[in-house]
Amino acid sequence: MNDKWIKAAPWLWTIGLFVIWQAAVAALKLPVYILPAPTDIFASLIQYWHPIWKNSLQTLFTTLLGFGLAVVGGLLLGLAIGWSRAVYAGLYPLMIGFNSVPKVAVVPILVIWFGIGTIPAVITAFLIAFFPIVVNVATGLATIEPEMEDVLRALGAKKLDIMLKVGIPRSMPYFFGSLKIAITLAFVGSVISETVAANSGIGHMMLAAQSQFNVPLVWAGLVALAVLGIVMYALMAWIELRMTGWAHRGANRP
Amino acid sequence: MSGFVDLRNIRLTYGGGPDGTLALDGLDMTIRKGEFAAVVGPSGCGKSTLMKLATGLMRPQSGTVEVAGKEVNGPVSIAGMAFQNPSMLPWRTTLQNVMLPLEIVQPHRRKLSKERAAYLQKAEDLLSLVGLKGFGEKFPWQLSGGMQQRANLCRALIHDPALLMLDEPFGALDAFTREELWQVMRDLHAEKGFTTILVTHDLREAVYLADRVFVMSARPGRVILEKQITFPRPRPIDLTYEADFNDIVHELRGYIAEARAAA
Repeated sequence: MNDKWIKAAPWLWTIGLFVIWQAAVAALKLPVYILPAPTDIFASLIQYWHPIWKNSLQTLFTTLLGFGLAVVGGLLLGLAIGWSRAVYAGLYPLMIGFNSVPKVAVVPILVIWFGIGTIPAVITAFLIAFFPIVVNVATGLATIEPEMEDVLRALGAKKLDIMLKVGIPRSMPYFFGSLKIAITLAFVGSVISETVAANSGIGHMMLAAQSQFNVPLVWAGLVALAVLGIVMYALMAWIELRMTGWAHRGANRP
Repeated sequence: MSGFVDLRNIRLTYGGGPDGTLALDGLDMTIRKGEFAAVVGPSGCGKSTLMKLATGLMRPQSGTVEVAGKEVNGPVSIAGMAFQNPSMLPWRTTLQNVMLPLEIVQPHRRKLSKERAAYLQKAEDLLSLVGLKGFGEKFPWQLSGGMQQRANLCRALIHDPALLMLDEPFGALDAFTREELWQVMRDLHAEKGFTTILVTHDLREAVYLADRVFVMSARPGRVILEKQITFPRPRPIDLTYEADFNDIVHELRGYIAEARAAA
């Protein structure tokens, strides 16, 4: 009985939020341009489903492309940093500095280089998603138990052996864990870039709707973003569980 | 006289330079082939450093380390090692963990894929020898601490090392499990005849298992006493409750207390 309630809880809470929202808008008689009621947003979603769908696909495309590049780049650089203390010492401060730059500030430069549209969105997604992957992979490699390393080195293991047998498998839970963060960030990057410099994508659509004072459509855009975000996060969480089940011993084990 | 493991006039400083910590100074130790040696001493006396020296993971500033008649210049690969932390890899089954050294040490590494069945059999045999028959397919985190430590011993022995180095392997276990594993260790040594160096805090463990106990001084460590243990083998566990056994433990304890006071 209890389990059933826990399973239903996410749905109940979501529905509850929308019900309270609807009631509050009705009770306070809020005008639609301040806060549209969920029913207004839903109506807008249906009315504009075609542009919302098209622009969602564009945002999804730039996000996934940027994310894919971040996975490849982040994995390679993470392995390099975790491998060598010299690379770590040299690159880490640079990485911190690079990561502290708000990525929205980079978009104007990208526009100068590549014009507006898909490419700046992909690159922004890549830039923002890249860092957590690097840090997590490098952490996994850098935290090999010294005893384990001694056992293997005493057997004559080379650095490559230790990395292949211990380091890389060991950093995989960190890597797959970081994908959940990275995909969310990549999404943020895409939308930021679309809002500043694009002629398609959900970010662009919301900006256009705002300039026409179509507030329900702006909110419908937000809902579309939330749905996309949840789906991608859930996908990453599923991949994580499938790939590194050994790290989730106990109740969560598939 | 030269033995299987020969440490002569070793001096080793941690941290390098003149202001580093002097860990070992004037250490001499000779261990014969097939002998079971135990090293005891006050904490921080450089016992664990000794293991790294004998396996070639560390080089002394001066003095020589010889293993099997050859001067040690790098990792020796005829050694197996086990620590207090079993450090099993959680993504491998117990059997796969035990077989890990075979994927690294030559000539096994070369032969592993061709003679997989024979090696698997060997690993299974070793597991049953330590009482883990049928647990090979379990993941290490499904085993108790004592069972993990048994698997750890198997991993240290799978490539038939001529030298086994143990650094407090039973330190984290409860008293009963520890006694069980002493007997496992006793039987493994009797069957395989490898040379063993056991570093431990536990004097009863040292006296029960070893042919010779080396007592080290406080830092900088050197050997202050070699004690031959002459109880006949195989030694029953009840031996550890007999008077002459306890006399030796007591005597060793006196030396260590002295070494601590001198520090």
